[in-house]
Amino acid sequence: MSEVAIKNMTLNVGPQHPATHGVLRLVLEMDGEIVERADPHIGLLHRGTEKLIEYKTYLQAVPYFDRLDYVAPMSQEHAFALAVEKLLGIEVPERGQYIRVLFCEISRILNHILNLTTYALDVGAMTPLLWGFEQREILMEFYERVSGARLHAAYFRPGGVHQDMPTGLAEDIAAFIESFPKFIDDMETLLTDNRIFKQRTVDIGIISVDEANSWGLTGPVLRASGAAWDLRKAQPYEVYDRLDFDIPIGKTGDCYARYLVRVVEMRESLKIMAQCLAQIPEGPVSSRDHKIAPPSRAELKQSMEALIHHFKLYTEGYHVPAGETYTAVEAPKGEFGVYLVADGTNKPYRCKIRAPGFAFLQALDKLTRGHMLADIPAVIGSLDIVFGEIDR
Amino acid sequence: MAEFWTGYALPTLIMLAQIIGVMAVVLLSMAYLTYAERKVIGFMQLRMGPNVVGPFGLLQPFADALKLMIKETVLPTGANRGVFLIAPVLTFSLALVGWAVIPFNEGWVIADINVGILYLFAISSLGVYGIIMAGWASNSKYAFLGALRSAAQMVSYEVSIGFVIVTVLLVAGSLNLSDIVRAQETVWFFIPLFPMFVIFVVSALAETNRAPFDLPEAEAELVTGYNVEYSSMAFALFFLGEYISMILMSAMTVILFLGGWLPPFAIAPFTWIPGVVWFALKIAMILFVFLWVRATLPRYRYDQLMRLGWKVFLPFSLLWVVLTAGVLVAFDWLPA
Repeated sequence: MSEVAIKNMTLNVGPQHPATHGVLRLVLEMDGEIVERADPHIGLLHRGTEKLIEYKTYLQAVPYFDRLDYVAPMSQEHAFALAVEKLLGIEVPERGQYIRVLFCEISRILNHILNLTTYALDVGAMTPLLWGFEQREILMEFYERVSGARLHAAYFRPGGVHQDMPTGLAEDIAAFIESFPKFIDDMETLLTDNRIFKQRTVDIGIISVDEANSWGLTGPVLRASGAAWDLRKAQPYEVYDRLDFDIPIGKTGDCYARYLVRVVEMRESLKIMAQCLAQIPEGPVSSRDHKIAPPSRAELKQSMEALIHHFKLYTEGYHVPAGETYTAVEAPKGEFGVYLVADGTNKPYRCKIRAPGFAFLQALDKLTRGHMLADIPAVIGSLDIVFGEIDR
Repeated sequence: MAEFWTGYALPTLIMLAQIIGVMAVVLLSMAYLTYAERKVIGFMQLRMGPNVVGPFGLLQPFADALKLMIKETVLPTGANRGVFLIAPVLTFSLALVGWAVIPFNEGWVIADINVGILYLFAISSLGVYGIIMAGWASNSKYAFLGALRSAAQMVSYEVSIGFVIVTVLLVAGSLNLSDIVRAQETVWFFIPLFPMFVIFVVSALAETNRAPFDLPEAEAELVTGYNVEYSSMAFALFFLGEYISMILMSAMTVILFLGGWLPPFAIAPFTWIPGVVWFALKIAMILFVFLWVRATLPRYRYDQLMRLGWKVFLPFSLLWVVLTAGVLVAFDWLPA
C-alpha cells in the first residue's frame, strides 16, 4: 500500500449559519473534530458607516450609531454625543446626564440578556433565550416610551437627550428593577451550576490578562481574565463617579468566567439604575444653548429667535470648531470609541469608530485553536460578537 | 379450498389488519408527540406553542405533514442518488418494524417470539445505518460530520443498553417481552434495578439522538447534521423515524422496568382500567421526561459524550450485571 498524506479538512462555516451571530464567515482547518486554525472573514455587513457620516451633519450622524451594535443602540450614540460635546465644549444638564446613565445601563442589560441567552442556545440550552426575550421586550418598551423607537432610538444627541422621560416611566423602571433579579436567578438555576453547561464552558477559550491586553480585548472579556478595567471607573464620564457600583472580574479568563462576569454586571447595572432613579434632579435634559439643542415646541410658537434656531439646526446644523478627539465609553461589549476630526464645518471631517467586537474577532483564532468544533459556538457566544459594529 | 381460507388466507388477513392497526396507532401517536413536544416546551418557555390550526392547534401535525408532502424533493448534485433516497426509507421502516414484538396488553402482540428483546436490540442497532448512509450519500461536510458523530454515539450507548438488558433478563428469566412483563407482577423492576433504570433512560436519550445528546443534529455547529441536505418527504421520513424510535424506546423502558401493561397496584380501582391504557400512560410519562430534558439541559460535547458512555456507563453497568448475577445465585433467587 502506498503512503497517503492525510490532509486537514477545510470547513466553511457561515455566513448563513445559525451559530455565527449574524454574518460571520469562518474558514476552519480541521483535523477531525479538532480546530487547527480558524480564519474569520469580515465585510459581509459593511455599509460604509464611517464614510457616510462624513457627508452628514453632526445631528444626522447620530442614527448611524444605533445601527452599529444594534443590540445596545444607545451606548453607541453616547460615545458620539460625548465626542461632539467635547469638541463643542458644552456641558449636559445634570438631569440629562442621569437619564443617559440610566439608559446606558438599560442598554447594558439589553445586551447581556441577548448575549447570555443566545450563548446558552449555542451550547444547546434553549429555554433561557425565551425567558430572556420576554424581559428584553420590557426594556425595549422603555426605549420606545422615551424615544419613540424600540431599537433605533436616536435619543442621545449632542447636547443632551432628545426629550424628557414621559410621566410614569421612572415608576415602571423601578418596578422592573424589582422584578428583574428573579429572571437572573431563574436563568442561573438553569446554567450556572449546570454540569453540562460547565463542561462546555470551563477551560474553553482561555486568555490571560496580558494576552487580552495585547489583543486589544476590552469589556467583560478582559475583566473575565482578571483585569479590573472599566471606563466607567477608570475615567468616569457623566455621573458615574457619583454612583456606587462594583466591577466584577473573573479569574480564569475562560468562557465560563465571561458568562459569570456578565451575570454579575447585570445585577450591578440594576444597582446603578436604582441610584439614578433616586438621585435624578429636576431640570432641563439638554443644553440650553439653542445653537446646539433645539428649543422647545412651546417656544417656537412665541419666539422668532427660537424659530430661527430650530430652522438652522435642522437644515444646516451647527458648526463644530476644528479639532480632534478620541472619546470612548464602556459599551456593554467593551470600549467603544469614536475618533472624531472636525474641520470647522457642519460635518465631521473624519469619524473613526473603534468597535470592541472587532478586536474580539481577531482573537478568535487564538481562542479556538486546538479546541473542538463544538467549542467554536461557545467561544463565539462568550465573546459577544455583533456584526453591525464589526463591519460598520 | 376451505382449508386454504382457514389455513392461510384468514391468518394472513388478520395479521395484516393487526399490522395496519399498530402502524396507525403508532403514526398517530407520533403525530401527537410532535404536538405535545411543541406544547410542553412552549409552556416551559412561557409561550403558547401551536394554537392556530384547529382547536388548541390540534390539527397542527397534519398541517405540517401536508406541508412537507407538497414540497419538492431536492437531490444535491454531488449526492449518491440511490443511497441518498434509501437512507430515509430505511430509517423509517426500521423504526416501525420494532413494534412487531411490543406487547400492548396481555396477549396483544403481533409476533410473540421468544427472542423479542434481542430482536428489538438488533433493530435499534440497525437504525444507525440509515444515518450513516444519509451522511455519506449527501456529499456534504456537515452531513458527514453529523453522521460520524451519530454512528459513534449510537454504538457507544448500545453497549451499555446491552448490559442493562442482560440484568433485566437475568432477573426475569426470559427473552420474551410478555414474560418479562409478567415477571414484574410482584414488583416492577425499576425498584430493585433502579441504577440500571436510570442508565437505560439516559442511554435511550442518547440512542434516539435527543437532547442533551442531540449532537448529530447540533443546531449550533452542524446546522442539523446528517439530514441537512434532505427536504420534503425524505426529511419527513427521518423526522418520523426519529420520533417513532423515541416512542419505541419509551415502550422498551416501560416493558423492561415499569411493568408494561400492569397496573401499579393489583387492587380494585386500578384493575378496572384496561392494561393498554396503563401501558400508554407510562409511555407518555417517559416521553414527557424526554421533552422536559430537552427544555432544560444544554448539549454535551462529542468527546464528553463518549467519555460518559465508555468510562462511566459501561463499567458501571458491567459491575451491576456481575452484582445482580451474584446476588441471584447466592440467594438462589434465579427464576425457574
